[in-house]
This record gives sequence, C-alpha cells and structure tokens, in this order.
Amino acid sequence: MRIAVMTTCLGDAVVPQAVRATVELLERLGHDVVLPPGQTCCGQMHVNTGYLREAVPVVRHSVDVFGPVADGDWDAVVAPSGSCTGCVRHQHAMVARRAGDERLASRAEAVAARTYELSELLVDVLGVTDVGAYYPHRVTYHPTCHSLRMLRVGDKPLQLLRAVRGIELVELPDAEVCCGFGGTFALKNADTSTAMLADKMSAVLATGAEVCSASDSSCLLHIGGGLGRLRTGVRTVHLAEILASTDGSGAAVAAPSRAQSGPAPDVEQEAPL
Amino acid sequence: MSAREEVLARLRTARDAGAPRTPLGDVPRDYRRRGEHDPGSEGALVQLVERVEDYRATVTRVAGPDDVATVVARLLEDASSVVVPSGMDRAWLAAAGVRVLVDGEPDVLDVAALDAVDAVVTGAAVAVAETGTLVLDAAAPDQGRRALTLVPDHHVCVVRAADVVGTVPEALARLDPVHPLTFVSGPSATSDIELDRVEGVHGPRRLDVVLVG
Amino acid sequence: MSTTDLPTPVLRGAAPAHAPAGTGHLRGTRSFPAEARDALQDTQLRRNLGKATGVIRAKRQAVVDEVPDWEELRLAGSAIKADVMARLPELLEQLEANVVARGGTVHWARDAEEANATVLRLVREAGADEVVKVKSMATQETGLNEALEAGGVAALETDLAELIVQLGHDRPSHILVPAIHRNRAEIREIFLREMPDVDPDLTDEPRRLAMAARAHLRRKFLSAKVAVSGANFAVADSGTLSVVESEGNGRMCLTLPETLITVMGVEKVVPTWFDLEVFLQLLPRSSTGERMNPYTSTWTGVTPGDGPQAFHLVLMDNGRSGVLADPDGRAALHCIRCSACLNVCPVYERAGGHAYGSVYPGPIGAVLSPLLTGISGEDDPNASLPYASSLCGACFDACPVRIDIPNLLVQQRAASVESHRRPTGQDVAMRAARVAMTSPGRFTAAEKAMSLGRVLGGRSGRITALPWPASRWTASRDVPAPPKETAREWFARTRPGQER
Repeated sequence: MRIAVMTTCLGDAVVPQAVRATVELLERLGHDVVLPPGQTCCGQMHVNTGYLREAVPVVRHSVDVFGPVADGDWDAVVAPSGSCTGCVRHQHAMVARRAGDERLASRAEAVAARTYELSELLVDVLGVTDVGAYYPHRVTYHPTCHSLRMLRVGDKPLQLLRAVRGIELVELPDAEVCCGFGGTFALKNADTSTAMLADKMSAVLATGAEVCSASDSSCLLHIGGGLGRLRTGVRTVHLAEILASTDGSGAAVAAPSRAQSGPAPDVEQEAPL
Repeated sequence: MSAREEVLARLRTARDAGAPRTPLGDVPRDYRRRGEHDPGSEGALVQLVERVEDYRATVTRVAGPDDVATVVARLLEDASSVVVPSGMDRAWLAAAGVRVLVDGEPDVLDVAALDAVDAVVTGAAVAVAETGTLVLDAAAPDQGRRALTLVPDHHVCVVRAADVVGTVPEALARLDPVHPLTFVSGPSATSDIELDRVEGVHGPRRLDVVLVG
Repeated sequence: MSTTDLPTPVLRGAAPAHAPAGTGHLRGTRSFPAEARDALQDTQLRRNLGKATGVIRAKRQAVVDEVPDWEELRLAGSAIKADVMARLPELLEQLEANVVARGGTVHWARDAEEANATVLRLVREAGADEVVKVKSMATQETGLNEALEAGGVAALETDLAELIVQLGHDRPSHILVPAIHRNRAEIREIFLREMPDVDPDLTDEPRRLAMAARAHLRRKFLSAKVAVSGANFAVADSGTLSVVESEGNGRMCLTLPETLITVMGVEKVVPTWFDLEVFLQLLPRSSTGERMNPYTSTWTGVTPGDGPQAFHLVLMDNGRSGVLADPDGRAALHCIRCSACLNVCPVYERAGGHAYGSVYPGPIGAVLSPLLTGISGEDDPNASLPYASSLCGACFDACPVRIDIPNLLVQQRAASVESHRRPTGQDVAMRAARVAMTSPGRFTAAEKAMSLGRVLGGRSGRITALPWPASRWTASRDVPAPPKETAREWFARTRPGQER
C-alpha cells in the first residue's frame, strides 16, 4: 500500500520520534510511505478554540495537501494521533460548511474517508495485530478521549500491544477518564487541567508501570510533563514507538528519551525568562 | 401585542430561522414495545417481585382473591385504622381487625382525617415488571383520589396478575392520560445526602404489595 | 423616513430573543477559570463531589447496561425532541387548548420577570402569603423565590436538597442533587442552626436527617393553599403535565393545595402521550440511576374531587426562542435535565456547580447558559463557559437524548470569539498561527524560531519555566525542548526524493 503520513504539527516540531516510528513501522510491514512536505496542521487548535473562520484556510490547506488520497494517488493517510484524525474526520467538513464552502466540505469528506488513526490503519485496513514488535517493559496504556469517543477505536491499540513480545501490559485504572489536556483547555483552564492531570498521574503510578503509552502525542506531552516535573521515574512513549521497536532495533532497551520525562538530571536549568 | 402572541410569533420566526440543514426523518421507534415476558405470565410476575423488592418494598404472592384478606390482615397488624377507596373490594379487609374508613362514605375525608389514619389499601391499574412500578389511576374506583395513597404512612397495594405487563410502553398503552395517574416505584426515597438512598421521606414510608394470581 | 421603508409586517417583538439580563440566575459574576481556581482549593467540596459523582456514575451504568434497547431509546428520544423543535409553536397551541378544555388556565411569559410577576399575581389572587414548591429548574432560572419574597410571599422549597440549599442560604450546584456539594455533617449543622423545632440530638445519619426534613415540612404540606411546580413533560395531544420525583414532596404539592401553578420552559412539550414511553425510560436511569424514580405524577387540567381545583400553567420563553433560532444550538433545548452529563464530566467533578455561575452547571450548562443569555463580549462570564471543557466527549455518551454537547461547546466557543469587541491576545495568537499554518515556508520558519527554544532546555532537554501565557503550562508540567530535527527534515534527509 502507498500510505501518506500526516505528521501533525506537534509531531513534526516537538515530538518527531512518534512520526519516525510510524514511518519505520509501516516500511517494516512492507508499505510505501510518503510524507507530503507541504503539510502543516489540521487546524484542530483553531477549531477547538472557537476560531472557526480562522480555521477555514488551515483546513483548506490540509485538504489540498492530502487531496491526492481522494484521487487514488495514495491508498490511505495515517496520523499517529487520535485527535488530529478526529478533527479531519468530524470537523473539517463542518468548518467548511459553516463558511458556506460546500466544495471544500465534500473534498474534505473524501479525504477524511481515507484518513486513519494508526491503530485503525493497522487493525482495520491492513488487518494486522502482531506487527513483530519487541518491547520488554512494564507498560500501561491511556486510551485518550478522541480515540475512544470521537473515533471509537475501542481496544484496537490494546490488541496491538498484547501482541508485542516481552511487554508486560498493565491495566490503567479509570483509563477512560480524560487526562486534562484538551488543547488550549490546558492553558485557559490550567488549574482544572492540573487537577485532572493529578488524578491521571495517580492512576498511572498505581499501576507500577515504567512506561505510560497513548496514541496522542499531545496527551503524552501533558501526562509526561507532569510525571517528569514530579520526578516519578515513569516515562511516556507513543504507541507507534512501541510498535516500531524490535529485538534488534535497540529502541527496546535504550534509555528513555530525556526529552520526555526521564530520571532527574544532575543539573536543572531554569529558563532565563 | 400580548405575551401569548409575542412568544408564539418569536417561536415561529425561530422555528424557521433555525430549521435543520437536512430535513428530519420519521422518529425511529425501534425500541422494544414488549418485554421478554407476556403480560400476566409467570416470568413477568417473578420479575415484578424481584424489582419491587429491590426498592425495599415487600411483595406477597397469593394464589387467588380468597387469600388476599389473610395477607392484608397480617400486613395491617400494626395498624389500628385504615382508609380505602369506595370502590375497593371490601372482602380484602374481611380478616383485618382495624377500623375501616371509606372515602366518600358518607363524607370525603379531609387531609387532617387522612393524616390520622395508619394505612391505606388500594388496587392498582397496571404494574410494570421491568421497572417494579405500580400505576394508580385516580379515576378507578378501587384506587381512589391521589391524597388517599399519599398522606397515610403505610400503603398496601393489591395487584392482579393480569395487570402485570413487562415494559413501560405496554403500561402507557393501558392508561388514560387525562386521569390523574401516579407511578409508584417503591416507597418514598431520597438520595440527596451524599447519594445514599434513604427510603421514606414524605410519601408513604412503607409499601407492601399483594400480588394475586 | 416613511413607514413604508420598514420591512413590515415582521414586528420587532416577533424576533427571537435572548433571556434579558437582570432577572434570574443564568449568569455569574466571575469567569469560570476564576471561580474554578477557588473551588479547586476547597478540599471538602472536592471530596464530597468526587464521592457523590462516583456513586451515581456506577449506579447509572448498572441500570443502563441492563436495558437491551438503550441505544434505540436514545435515538427515539433525540428524534422526538428534534420533531418538537420543528413544530414548537403548533404543539404549544395544542397543549394550551387541551389544558384549557380540561379546566386549566394558561399564561404566557416572555421572560423571567414576566413569569415571576405572573406567579406572584396568581398567588395573591389565591389569597396566600406562602407557597410550597416542588424542585424546579425553571423557577430557579427565573429567581422566583426572591421575586416572591420581594412581593411578600414566602416560598418554601420542599425537596430535601433544595431545602438544604435554602436553609443554608446557599446556591444549588447540581441539577438533580442541588446540595451535592454538602456532606452529611454540614447538613446536620445547617438543620440544627435553621430548623426551629429540630431535635437537638440530631445525628448526621442520612435517615435521621431525612426524617427531620419530613417533620419540618409535614405541617406545611397539610395546610398549604398554593403550590408552585415545574414540569418534566407536557403532552400536547392530551394536555397532560408530568412531574418526576423521588421523595413524595412533589405529590404533596401537586395534590393537597387548592391552587397549583406550574412554570415550564416552552421546550418541555412533547407531541403525544406515547412519547412518554421513551422519556420515562430514559430519564430515571440517566438521572438517579434507578430503573424508575419512586414517584411520577401526571395530571390534566383540573379533576373534580381530586387535587387542586385551580390549575395555572405558565409557558415561558426567557431566551428559548433565541436558542431555537440557532440551527446547531437548538439541540440544547432537547435537554431533559437528567444531569448525567454533569456526573461524568471530569471538569464538573473537580470544579463543582457553583463555578458555572448559572443554575445550569456542567457540560449542558456550559452551552445552555450562553445560548439562553447570548454572549455580550469578552468580559461576559458566560463567554468563558464553553471553554470549561476538555472536549473529552464523555457527556455525549451519557446524554439520553444524544445532544452533541462537544459540538455545541465548539459552536459556542465560536460565538464567544465572535463576540469580541476588540482583539484579545488569543485573537492575535490565533491569527498568527493561521498565517503560519497556511504556508509551508512560514510554518518551517516558525518551527526554526521555536527550535531556538532548545537553549531553554539546557542539558536536561527539559523546560521547566516559560513566560506567560505558556507559564500556565509550565506551572505544573515540564516541556521537552524542541528536537534538533523536525520529522519532515528527518524524512527528507533519510529518504531523499521519497516525499510524495
């Protein structure tokens, strides 16, 4: 299959390891991977903050960049993000229609019909649950709200994780409860967001896992940012990274990325601002 | 412009201005109209008993009308007076050693009189097995006006097996909406304090059901 | 200007309207984040709410799971409500005709003030200076109790939770259990302080507290001349009104007084008696988590010899026409006030109901309140309500009539943005982001600028403090320093010529 990867703006600029893992995983499974260079952002930040008019050109740009999938040039678009996939599938056409652009709306629907979140692509489209991964760690999985309730991915990520060799998968208590990220919610309602994060961290810590995984880098940034601040010794790793990890890749036993939430370093430098 | 005309005019404008972008279809009514148990069937009766008892009311099953009096007498052991609607089968009280007041014979009882009575005995219009609900129809002679089953603290309700249906839709189909109706599911209760359910606030604190047949 | 230039015959008064400011309780005084910041510090509130919402979530789930056709009931409920909205004026006229035919009187109210004035007039005409009240969201919305008091009429709340709120000189914080923010010890204290004849040895046992309320109210019920209620449903084709309750205080009010006054938002009408077969299944299971609530009363006009011999129905707009005129927003009028969305909302569970300012808290309140009032600008407290959600979607799954609350939240955020009278910092940032995100060149440049942030991360690769507004993030969470290479750069370097 010829599959285009939607890096997502966050995945491109802040946490590229999830995108790299997605590319490597799909190539290992024998697919042609393209990464459209003109891509920027799906527009979710604008939409979910209420900037529906500002979102129109962003949506149009995204629909243009990924338009080839609607023309059959690619077989699918995949995003290592439940919320970005959710925005493409449930919000792009709404934004276009609200602005009275029916042509953009139907083009957006055609693109959305072939845009998948990673676990959907693997399980539903490619029909694979055992991707040949090896990951010898104790892992708990946070299902993320948009994967769960916007895309209804169900237990597909868990099916994939259960097939990983060496993994010790532990159930997350109250897994379906929001971690408190919510995009600009984390800034606009920082106090409530932090209160929600505290409960999510308690649940993660109760599992005794060393790794908390999810399919949304944004939620992981939030949870990992909290776990790191408190020096909990739990790190966050995107599902794609676990699935991309193999016996020989080294990733399986490598030290956790310090950029996420590794053990406390010897010197902590405050920002000079 | 009167308030009536103005509100209606606003709503007419709004109804059109906010009309859905795609036309509405028919209301999908694919929900169950009937339960798994037929009306009056043993399955329905068993379910009703289980569900009513779940509300911490009691249910006593009797084989036929002749056995009702014995059970009612036992249920009213602690009572010294009881009120009944005028159309109720008096045979149900034949074995009870209590003072019986009949509403409307000769006088309609006032609230103070009802408050002084220990218990009330009535029939029921229909019962819903799935939800453990009894429906009282104030226009039915054996159920009486609403105050009768509200003010006394103990309600004994006699339900005929034939009147037990499985589901809420089956029950509504048997009722006349213009009669005052009271759907009773267990004794009065509240969950207002820390969501802990407490039975017995303002309505009858004790509900006993006699299921006949 | 000659009158022929006016676009008659549409009269100004016929335009759909928001609820006027000044009367009632649809708007607080501070924004949600400010209220929530204080509420989050109240450890007792956090504990009370966490416990109560946890209990009710579990109860609801258990009784919903045992209904095999739950989803079919939700679909029917949603469609019936959409149908009601599409012919609301006609259904109300039908309801009115049937109520009048059965001996009732129907009054119409443009807004809260008119509804309150109508009730006050009717109470005075009945010769009463005291009324007993069934818990009702509509009369909380209008601030009826205060209006009656100002008119010399005492309003006595008879629902246990409302009584706790009234005696505590407090505000309700939940649609179903208005005193959910109080625990048993606090309630005992309120009763000991405020109930004249209460047993001084009252304990904090819920049963003892409920019995104290029974004793306190019983004499009032037996002697009240006028009752005021809301309505859960009104059936157009029969004129039947319905109140769904638990304690029997509703039955007392609906049955014993001589006069009954029911105040109802116009959206509560349903077309036929048989539509209740859907809602009487959806509401109790979603609301109290029971198969059926203890008592549901239905009545039609006046029944000779049974119940109040004077019945008045007040049909109130108060902003509903404005909501109905919004093609997305009108779905908020489908709400049957079950409060399931509150109990599953992680924001409500932590911040509590008072943070929303309005009598309608939680996810539905976060959209219904600004829809009813309109949003007057960036300083309007109700402008902050649609943002009081992480858009997690739990409210939609719990809603018995499938209101797409997450979508309504987004739409009301747009209304909030569009109300800005001058550009806010957020407006400027979003515009800049839009500019960057519609051009790959500018987007790459923005990424480059951001990657300068690597220096902030120092040796740890972690940023612990950033300037405002990002400081709101770093107050509780670290940020990874931007990587050396973006994903697109990595792909272009390792797979040259393979981008498309």
